Amino acid sequence: MLLAIDWDIIFTQIFSQAFGTQAMVFALAAIGLNIHYGYTGLLNFGQVGFMAAGAYGVGMSVLWLDIGFWAGLLVGILYCLGLALILGIPTLRLRADYLAITTIAASETIRLFVRWRGNRERTGAAEGINDFADPFFELRDDLGILQRSGSVPYEFLGVFEYRADDLWVMLVGWSVVGLCLLLTWQLMRSPWGRVLKAIREDEDAARALGKNAYAYKLQALALGGVVGGLAGMLQAIDKQSVQPDTYNPVITFMIWTVLIIGGAARVWSPVVGAMIFWGLISGLEALMRELIDSSLDDVLAQFLNLDVQNVSQVRFMVFGLVLMLLMRYRPQGIFGSREEMALDDR
Amino acid sequence: MTDSPDPVVDPDDGDAGGAVATEPHNPIAGVFDGVEHTSGVAKPDPILKAKGVTRRFGGLVAVDVDELEIQRGAITALIGPNGAGKTTFFNLLTGFDSPDSGHVELNGQSIDGVASHKLAARGMVRTFQLTKALSRLTVLQNMMLGAKDQGGENLLRALVSPLWRQREQEVEAQARALLDRFNLTHMTDQFAGTLSGGQRKLVEMARSLMTEPELVMLDEPMAGVNPALTQSLLGHVKQLRAEGRTVIFVEHDMDVVQDISDWVVVMAEGRIIAEGPPGSIAENQQVVDAYLGSSHGTELDFDSVQDLEAADDGDAGEADGQTDQEATDG
Repeated sequence: MLLAIDWDIIFTQIFSQAFGTQAMVFALAAIGLNIHYGYTGLLNFGQVGFMAAGAYGVGMSVLWLDIGFWAGLLVGILYCLGLALILGIPTLRLRADYLAITTIAASETIRLFVRWRGNRERTGAAEGINDFADPFFELRDDLGILQRSGSVPYEFLGVFEYRADDLWVMLVGWSVVGLCLLLTWQLMRSPWGRVLKAIREDEDAARALGKNAYAYKLQALALGGVVGGLAGMLQAIDKQSVQPDTYNPVITFMIWTVLIIGGAARVWSPVVGAMIFWGLISGLEALMRELIDSSLDDVLAQFLNLDVQNVSQVRFMVFGLVLMLLMRYRPQGIFGSREEMALDDR
Repeated sequence: MTDSPDPVVDPDDGDAGGAVATEPHNPIAGVFDGVEHTSGVAKPDPILKAKGVTRRFGGLVAVDVDELEIQRGAITALIGPNGAGKTTFFNLLTGFDSPDSGHVELNGQSIDGVASHKLAARGMVRTFQLTKALSRLTVLQNMMLGAKDQGGENLLRALVSPLWRQREQEVEAQARALLDRFNLTHMTDQFAGTLSGGQRKLVEMARSLMTEPELVMLDEPMAGVNPALTQSLLGHVKQLRAEGRTVIFVEHDMDVVQDISDWVVVMAEGRIIAEGPPGSIAENQQVVDAYLGSSHGTELDFDSVQDLEAADDGDAGEADGQTDQEATDG
């Protein structure tokens, strides 16, 4: 018996999502985390907090400060720098674990704080801030590109399919990703990057050789945080909304997953990790939906309890299995080197 | 080869890490001639002075040093039994720990409260008891990290390669020359984490020289190093003195101390109990007592054991006697 599965739909999902806005946002956030963890050894478990800082920086500038969208981008960056200082100054003198605890708590604190009813006028509380990014899309209209209406998607190469708005965000967003990759590459081959890597390996040795480890860690935290903030801004712009519950700790762990898939301390791994993550997640979902539509639906419903309602949960379960297999057979990620990983004797 | 005035290394002698074939010249021979053999004695030309330095951990006084001067250009050994406070004292001198009281001067200038990373610029560098090779950096990168005046270590300058490339080439040349001297050239591009324990000690010592230090502080440089490599390490330490650098090192092995040190400082229970040239130390009764217990060498008679047992049963005020008893047993 042949299964009537439409592979075109599955592949379109995989490729469109692998290069889509989600992958772009997660690649950018993971570039920031790579600066933190991959190169400096900082255990930041609150990267989503930096995304929130960036997004709310823009949103609050429009809703509350009333200084407009473009100035809001700057405010978003300032929020991220402020957050890095608040997190880093008290904890970076201490052992690595303290930063981990502080960051995860801080990211939750931010979410609950902006959600608080008392902040309604400033952050929009639980409803968030909507339609704040019109100037961003007006810029596209001024340039006269990507003018199709949302219901008529752009299709190319047979496997890519995007709405015009998404395509505009992607164009800008992937350019930002490219710039951040270039920045990482340049910094990590410079003497500054060498000091970061030395601090990752042994902070005391770096200090004995005259490097102010504390200052370097603070710089790395701020830089990676700002890159995470850019990711948050782009995500919010794409959705035209900032919602507090978008910024829950699960996002942080997804960003970690992206980095681990790619392999820490490699320039390209955040991008490739994000593409694999979102390509696979969307591909799994599309495949399961196709299977449910096929003649197998009874079997799936009976034995696996798999139906249209729980596909989006099951895809993460399957992905978790894939991640476990990856950790078992390729713990260094796509780009990492196993020999190098084995040297980690901390 | 033996005619060469430079330290001669045998390129084939890989693991031995470059034994220095000729005995390096000792530029400060005789400087201690007029110096008394007592603890806290003043030196003709001290590079480092410590005064009243104490460090407590709760009720335990880990370090309580009244007075110590370190002679410039000499190799000074800091010895003492386990728990004497040598490494703690080292940490206090190098800014890795802060004393509860006291003053330290480097080259006549106070370094009280100066952060550890600032001391490298002032000419002081240290190594660690547990060797800190930067595992996932290559040996060359390890070396280049130590360089001074690399403007590219500033975040903004790092963005513009032409601002630091020139200096980077100089640093690399300096690093390669040092690797050559320590006979580590064949390891240049390997990850430091793949090196043996002895090779790591060599890399750490070579790396510290990248800072062009006046004062090199080595915390147990010979610990866990095989005998063949020990000889080579000793040669390198003597070479530092020949270059006019000052060396302070912590050590357990008395043979090593006898071989290379010009002056020995003995610590026990946080205090400096004796100072002197290596020959005088072995005969110093206080030192022997500190290492072996004060009743070492005395006959044990039956009566005193009975006394001790009586004390044991009775009040705890006779703790001294008990300690002696245990030491004798050991």
